Parts: sequence; C-alpha cells; structure tokens
Amino acid sequence: MTPPGTLMLEAVEIHRDYAMAGDAVHALRGLSLAVHEGDYVAIVGPSGCGKSTLLSLLGALDRPTRGAVRHRGRDVARLDDRAATDFRLRSVGFVFQRFHLLPMLTAAENVALPMAEAGVPPRERRARAAELLAYVGLGARTAHRPTQLSGGEQQRVAIARALANRPALVLADEPTGELDARTGTEIIQLFDRLNRDGTTLVVVTHDEELARAARRVVHMKDGAIVRDERLRD
Amino acid sequence: MRVALAVASLARHRTRTALAVAGIAVASAMLLDMVMLSSGMRLSFRELLDTRGYQVRLSPKGTLPFDTEATVGDAAALVAAARAQPGVAVVAPNLGAQLVAPRGDGAVTVAALGVEAGVQGDYALREGRDAAAGELVASPAALAALGRRVGDTVSLGTGWDPQLRAFRELAPRRIVGVGRFYFLGADQPVVAMPLADLQATADGARRDRISSAMVRLAPGAEPAAVARALAAALPRVSVLTTADAVAQADERVAYFRNLAFILGSVSLAVGFLLVTTLMTVSVNERIGEIAVQRALGVQARRIVQQVVAEGLALSVAGGLLGLGLGLVTARYLDAILGDFPGLPPDIAFFVFQPRDAGTAMGLLVVAGTLAGILPSWRAARLPIAATLREEAVA
Ligand SMILES: Nc1ncnc2c1ncn2[C@@H]1O[C@H](COP(=O)(O)OP(=O)(O)OP(=O)(O)O)[C@@H](O)[C@H]1O
Ligand SMILES: [Mg+2]
Repeated sequence: MTPPGTLMLEAVEIHRDYAMAGDAVHALRGLSLAVHEGDYVAIVGPSGCGKSTLLSLLGALDRPTRGAVRHRGRDVARLDDRAATDFRLRSVGFVFQRFHLLPMLTAAENVALPMAEAGVPPRERRARAAELLAYVGLGARTAHRPTQLSGGEQQRVAIARALANRPALVLADEPTGELDARTGTEIIQLFDRLNRDGTTLVVVTHDEELARAARRVVHMKDGAIVRDERLRD
Repeated sequence: MRVALAVASLARHRTRTALAVAGIAVASAMLLDMVMLSSGMRLSFRELLDTRGYQVRLSPKGTLPFDTEATVGDAAALVAAARAQPGVAVVAPNLGAQLVAPRGDGAVTVAALGVEAGVQGDYALREGRDAAAGELVASPAALAALGRRVGDTVSLGTGWDPQLRAFRELAPRRIVGVGRFYFLGADQPVVAMPLADLQATADGARRDRISSAMVRLAPGAEPAAVARALAAALPRVSVLTTADAVAQADERVAYFRNLAFILGSVSLAVGFLLVTTLMTVSVNERIGEIAVQRALGVQARRIVQQVVAEGLALSVAGGLLGLGLGLVTARYLDAILGDFPGLPPDIAFFVFQPRDAGTAMGLLVVAGTLAGILPSWRAARLPIAATLREEAVA
C-alpha cells in the first residue's frame, strides 16, 4: 500500500451556479478539496448535494462559476476547450454510472478510441486494448459489442477504456449504481486493484460497500463538505 | 477509426441513409440536367451550324436568320462577288419557298429549297442521288405526305387558284433521292431541287433571287475578318458568323438558361437541406455519444470532421447515383422537348459534357460540406457535463 503522497488535485473555493428561470441553483458553495497522489476518495451525500457537479469540475467536463481547480499546479478551469480536452484525454479517466460505451464499436474498439485520439499507432492500440481487457477480466470478450455484454461487463470495459492512456487519475460517478450487489462487488475489487497499482481514484457513490473500500470518505451536503474521514492510509 | 465511426453511424440506419441518398440523387440528377440544359442548346446549335463546315451566313438585310420569306435579288452577281472574296472557299446559295401538290380532294403543302447540289449545306443524302433539272430530293416526311417513293413523279404547283379551280404552274418532277434536312423539323415535308428550277417558279417573281447563302472559308481564314470583308463588299446582305449566330440564338434561348439556373439552384437547395436535415437528426440522436467522446478527450474539431465527413459521404454517394439518373432523365426530357414542332432534328436541349458532371458534382460537394458544418458545429459546442446528465435522465 502506497501512502498518499504529494498533492495532485485541488479544488479551491469553487462555486457552481446553474442559471435557471427565476433564481439560480447553487450546486456548489465555495467548496475546497485536496486529493493526493495515490489516494482513493469516496464522495458521499444525499441526492442533489452536488457530487456529480464536483466530479465534472475536477475532470474539466465543466467550469466552476468561481474558484480554481488545480491539477498538479495547473488551473484546469482556465484552460481553453482544446487544452481542457487534451487534459481529459491524457490525465483523467472517466467511469460513468451508465457505462456510456459507443454501441457501434466492439469492446476492444471502445478501449482503443482514446488511444486513437492520442495518436497511438494502431498495432500498439490493439495490443494495449487486449491487455487492458484482460486486466479487467474480459480477455475473451474483445470482439463483442456493448449490446452483447452484461451491465457488469460493460462497466469493466468502461474501466479499461478509462485506463487507455494510462491516466494517473480516474474519476467515477456512481460506477456501481446500475449493477446488482454481486456485480458491484467485482467492480469494487477492480477499483481496489487499480488503486493498489498506483492510480488515484475519486469515486462518487451511494454504495456503502464502495465507500468503505476507499481510503478516505468525503461527506457532502448542500454544495459543501460537511465531514472528511480517513479510513486508512 | 474515424472513418469506421462515420461508416458505422451511416450504416446504423440503413433505410434512412438509403432514402437520403436517393433524395440527394434526385436533386443532383435535376441539378445535372439543369447544368446540361444551360449550355446544351448553345452547344448543339453551334454543332448544327458547324455541321457542314460553313462558318458564315449571308442573309437579306434586316431579317432574322432562317427567315424563309425574305429574299434578295441579283443573286448571281451577289454569289459571284462573294466567291471572289479572299478567304472564301465555297458559297452555297439557297432559296426557300412553299409548293403545293394535289392529293386526293385537297392539297399538300411542302417546303421547297432551291440549292446548288455540289455545294449545298442543307441536307445529307440518305438514298438515291442529288437532283438535276426537273428532279427532287425529298425528306421522308415529304414522301409520306405526298404518298410517293424514290423514282416516282410528283406534280408540284405554286398555289391553288380558286377562280380557275386549278393549281398554278403545276409541273411534274421526279423524286431521285431522300435527304435528311439539318435545319428543318424531322416531321416537316421538304423537297430540295436545283436553285434554277425553284427560281423559275412563281411567274418569274423568284428569278435570280435567293433567301440566303452559306459560306465556307478557305483553310486558315479567320471567320470574323472574312465576315467583315464580305459585309463591306456586299452591302445588301447581313453577314453573320457562326459565333454571331450562336450569340443571337443565345439571346433567344436565355429563357431556358434562366429556367435552368432557377431550377438548378432549387435542386441544390433541396440537396443542401436534405443533408442538413439528416445530419441534424443524426447529431441529435447521437448527442449522448458525442458528449461521451468529448468527455473521453476527443477534440471538438474531430467531431466536426466526423459529421462533415458523413454529410459529404451522403452527398457524394447521392451525387454519383444522380449522375446516372440525370443522364437517363436528360435523354427522356430531350425526347419530349425535341418533339416540339418545327425544331431541327439535330437540336438537343440537354448535351452532356464531362465538365457538366464536374460542375454538378462540385456544387454538390460544396453544398454537402456546408450542410454538415452547422449540425457538426452544434455537436462540437455542446456542454459536456449537462448533456451527459440529460442523457442519464433520458
Ligand atoms: N445542468 C444543470 N442545470 C440546472 N441545474 C443543475 C444542473 N446540473 C445539476 N443541477 C442541480 O445542481 C444540484 C446538484 O446536482 P448534482 O447532480 O451535482 O447532484 P448529485 O449530488 O450528483 O445528486 P445525485 O446523487 O442524485 O446524483 C441539483 O439541485 C441539480 O438539480
Ligand atoms: Mg450525481
């Protein structure tokens, strides 16, 4: 077990307001959070407290209304679209509740897509996609399309895809939300292994089991952090 | 991988893609036809005038080309003077008139052309030989109207005299050949005879008169220069080069060109809107997938490329199909318009030139590319987090 090291990701006083007809929704209200290299952070809290919003800002899928999001010292909230996209491509892996695989591509092609975008040569992409699918336990299903896979298998393909460009950070929003308990456990074990292998994880979840597997649990309410507990180093 | 994605997304909705391609094909067929129409008449008119290598026409002053009523006198002197001009190789005078033939209880009217057999440029012999004195070359339509065949004799007069209840100047003439007349409708009964024979009709009113003359130039002679010299030397006639005649005819067919331009633009707009509609629908239903790609780090410009490439692929596929379809419909339309009474048989409205196909394809490719840009731009701009959230709700 590698203890949390240097600071990797830092949200500083971030606000996210959604302009609505009438008054604005304040999804995040001056939230600050620091995540260190190698850490495994679970973010929990009641529905609507701003967990997904926070994760989007950490991964530069969205911009804060105010505040900074620093990744290894660089404010990714200030990047232009091109640079932000490149940041997502090379530095972050995303895992979504609904898997979001591209239906017309095979498992291997889904995993290879971010590598193609990053300019990895075809041979190397194929080899690495096969390797990653084997890592998540789907070595035999590389040629299958998402519709031919179960939910748990699709989520494992999505995790393999998140790892395509060897990001140091993986962000997951309710990765077990669509899965039954047993399949969920498999995903939790996979995350465990991922973290032990050195990947920094930030996981939003309602899943008690998943939250217990993390090293640190951050409790949110009404757009702010109300409790921050370290379960293990 | 990009290509695979574009192909896969087009293949995902085979029927829809096929229908769109068919629609674009129809629009591009129309476009091609209109491009062909816009230049086709001019081209085929020029070809018609060039058929026999006559580059200059002489006609009585103040008349339109092909006006068969007007004539000019002292024709022999005129033709001789024209033949004496430097750069002139051949002068083919002709006289147009109408003759009648008794048929049953009534009469048949035929157009008559007086020509000099050796140099005439009005018809090509199909059968038999050229007419000597007292003889005729007839068009198939004339043979049918007169109820005669080659070798038969037919009596032709200059008119019907109601007082005497008789044909004027009825004289027997022998049909010795069948001709294809370039400048008259295929359905029009026409006979050609020696110029002197026709000039001798109408009680001397046509003596030494001609309707027009066609001039073939010596090799290397410059049509415009010879035409200027002829005009100076022959003040009683207007001198028209093929280029002038085409330009004059052009003004008269401007109507067709305007029509072609408008219908062509409409076709292009229809094709453009078809592609835009399809790509908008396609982008809308894939909005979630596009947001996922963007989240995974696919650059906005790649999304634009992908959508534009799809629109372009549709346009090119539709355009190629439309090329074939356009050629078929052009032939069909040409047949319909060609049946217009009195039109020379060789006049075509739709003439295919490779350049036309290039023009139509080029316009289509531009329209197809532009059509993809708006939907692709929308796709590339979408807010990623909000779109993913909406997808999760849907
Ligand atoms: N695009 C948006 N437009 C308007 N309001 C939004 C938008 N996204 C989020 N919100 C609002 O912001 C608040 C926080 O939403 P968020 O999705 O971050 O909550 P959450 O903690 O992830 O909830 P859940 O556990 O249900 O997923 C909610 O009140 C939500 O309605
Ligand atoms: Mg959420």
